[in-house]
Amino acid sequence: MAINWYKYSSPAAFYPLAGRLIPWFGWSAALLTAIGLVVGLGIAPTDFQQGEAYRIIFIHVPAAWMSMFLYLVMAFWGAMALGFNTRLSAMMAQSIAPTGALMTFIALWTGSLWGRPTWGTYWAWDARMTSELILLFLYLGVIALRNAIDDPRRADRACAVLSLVGAINVPIIYYSVKWWNTLHQGSSVSLTAAPKMAAIMLTGMLIMSVAAWFYSIAVSLYRVRAIIVERERDAAWVNALPEVRAT
Amino acid sequence: MLEAQDLAARRGYSQLFTGLSFRVAAGEALVITGANGTGKTTLLRMLAGLSAPTEGIIRWEGRPVAPFDAGLRHALAFAGHSPSLKDELTAEENLTLLVELAGEPVERGAIHAALDAVALGRKRALPARVLSQGQRRRIGLARLRLLRRRLWILDEPVTALDAAGTSLLARLVAEHLDGGGVAVAATHAPLGLPEERVRALALA
Amino acid sequence: MHATGTEAVGVSASASEAVDRAAAGDAGGAILPAIRWSLVRDLRIALRSRAELGVQLLFYVIVVTLFPLATTPERNLLLTMGPGVLWVAALLASLLSLPRLFAGDYADGTLEQIALSPHPLPALVAGKILAHWLTTGLPVVVLAPLLGLQYGMPGDALLVLTVALLLGTPILSLLGAIGAALTLGLRAGGSLLALLVLPLYIPVLIFGAGSVDMWRAGLAVAGNFSLLGAGLLLAIVGAPFAAASAVRIAMD
Repeated sequence: MAINWYKYSSPAAFYPLAGRLIPWFGWSAALLTAIGLVVGLGIAPTDFQQGEAYRIIFIHVPAAWMSMFLYLVMAFWGAMALGFNTRLSAMMAQSIAPTGALMTFIALWTGSLWGRPTWGTYWAWDARMTSELILLFLYLGVIALRNAIDDPRRADRACAVLSLVGAINVPIIYYSVKWWNTLHQGSSVSLTAAPKMAAIMLTGMLIMSVAAWFYSIAVSLYRVRAIIVERERDAAWVNALPEVRAT
Repeated sequence: MLEAQDLAARRGYSQLFTGLSFRVAAGEALVITGANGTGKTTLLRMLAGLSAPTEGIIRWEGRPVAPFDAGLRHALAFAGHSPSLKDELTAEENLTLLVELAGEPVERGAIHAALDAVALGRKRALPARVLSQGQRRRIGLARLRLLRRRLWILDEPVTALDAAGTSLLARLVAEHLDGGGVAVAATHAPLGLPEERVRALALA
Repeated sequence: MHATGTEAVGVSASASEAVDRAAAGDAGGAILPAIRWSLVRDLRIALRSRAELGVQLLFYVIVVTLFPLATTPERNLLLTMGPGVLWVAALLASLLSLPRLFAGDYADGTLEQIALSPHPLPALVAGKILAHWLTTGLPVVVLAPLLGLQYGMPGDALLVLTVALLLGTPILSLLGAIGAALTLGLRAGGSLLALLVLPLYIPVLIFGAGSVDMWRAGLAVAGNFSLLGAGLLLAIVGAPFAAASAVRIAMD
């Protein structure tokens, strides 16, 4: 079955498609989260080094992975918007940013909570956490730039340039922070070094990661629908929507 | 020859104009009128290639041009709202820099002559800061005369010009059109051009 | 005044010139004259507003002086803090002046002329960035060793610091130009610019300030300098294009 994907590149066509996809991703995410939490909180064995506290990695690690992945996706949609001048690509980038920032924040918060019982401190300046913090700044920068520019088209393109420059920088930043960390802390324990992974723990983390991924997709689709309605508010098809008519 | 086909423009969330089409041949001037906020400046900036139209195509000499098109940049002299002068630099330095920026060779004698021709000869060593608005505009006129450009796009060129300045501008435009150039101007003032040379476009 | 006949000849001759120029495109010979144009212009303008330059250097000196006042003049602590403070203060001083990179030209309409120039925009932007570094970064590099004495840093450490700043401050001007172009004309301009640029600058800060620590620990700093140099090259090649792109976006 040949699907004409291009027809979905217009906001008008994408809007209903997104609406149909959201429940699938949303419920899958909920189900996977439930399974993942059962595995992580119930089935996975107690770590002999870190006790029960380590279980927070089942939220921390997926959130951290998502935060980095979503930044790349956001930069990708920005590149699409710059290259093909499509509004919808820019709207996708716009919708992903807040979710990415949220994932980063969750990663930081859970990482900090993990640090307390494991290391005795809420913040230990280790390489991964510090990089995660800088990633949060990058996300907030994109969001702040979007909010500061009134004209939506200029905002689209400016944020695309910024997220691309940021994406190039992310590996450089990570490498430099890692170097900084080894310079000053030598061979200290890395806070976020995973405990020796039993296979079941890995499975649990993977399930939670996919759950986080589906959650992010669902939320981004939901948000992009709101963005579409707002930005295309002059279009006839928007004003014909039942949800718009009702307001 | 400048041609526009079905141009549309949006500023933020408001639709300025749609379905705008026109053609300006060599030796003709397009005079754009309209109240404030109708999109005159937006249209001029689109034609100059500073921003992309929401819809539609612009053609210069038969070729479609995208924003910042190289060929168009070589053929264009754009005069925006502000006279594009640096306060700290003298009239002479400003004019020299603008001509250099446009990629044309600069010769001191020509600069002096150009400033003389707009009655700024004796003020050429003064910093632009001390010149009046009208005098700053005249430097812009001197620039137009010096640059050899086929397409002139002028946004409210009559602003701050006195009677002498306005007639100088009219003369410059007439000569430009005589030489086969194209002019597009947003202006309220009549430029004294013969009717058959002028195409009028009123934005509502 | 000119006779109509010669005008006509002049215009049609220039029309073919224009087509030739357009055909030759933006590349090649047009780059250096373009860089020269903005470099000389911006330097001339900066030198005529000397007061502004002085203020920024003074800001640098004051900030560097603030840290011992806020912490302690104790020798060992100052020695440890010194390179970091000098770097961060250099960062802040540069951020102060970055908005002015494009804002002046944006306000008086010159930036439009620059964007519409037949010269390649990245080259014009590169000239502006170079002028910015010469008027803001270079003075900081020259002043830093003097201020390093305030922190009790020995001569060899000061040399390492200076070389690192020499490599790092241009990178700041280059990255900062991208931020300055993106935030052109925006209300929250200055602070937003800082928010955008600082995270991107962290690697330079780490490797630059870290080189003095390496030196003190007896480790080779050549690696750091190579990294900074590589970063500088990457920035020189990439930043003018990104900034030119951002300028065009701001012209919309």
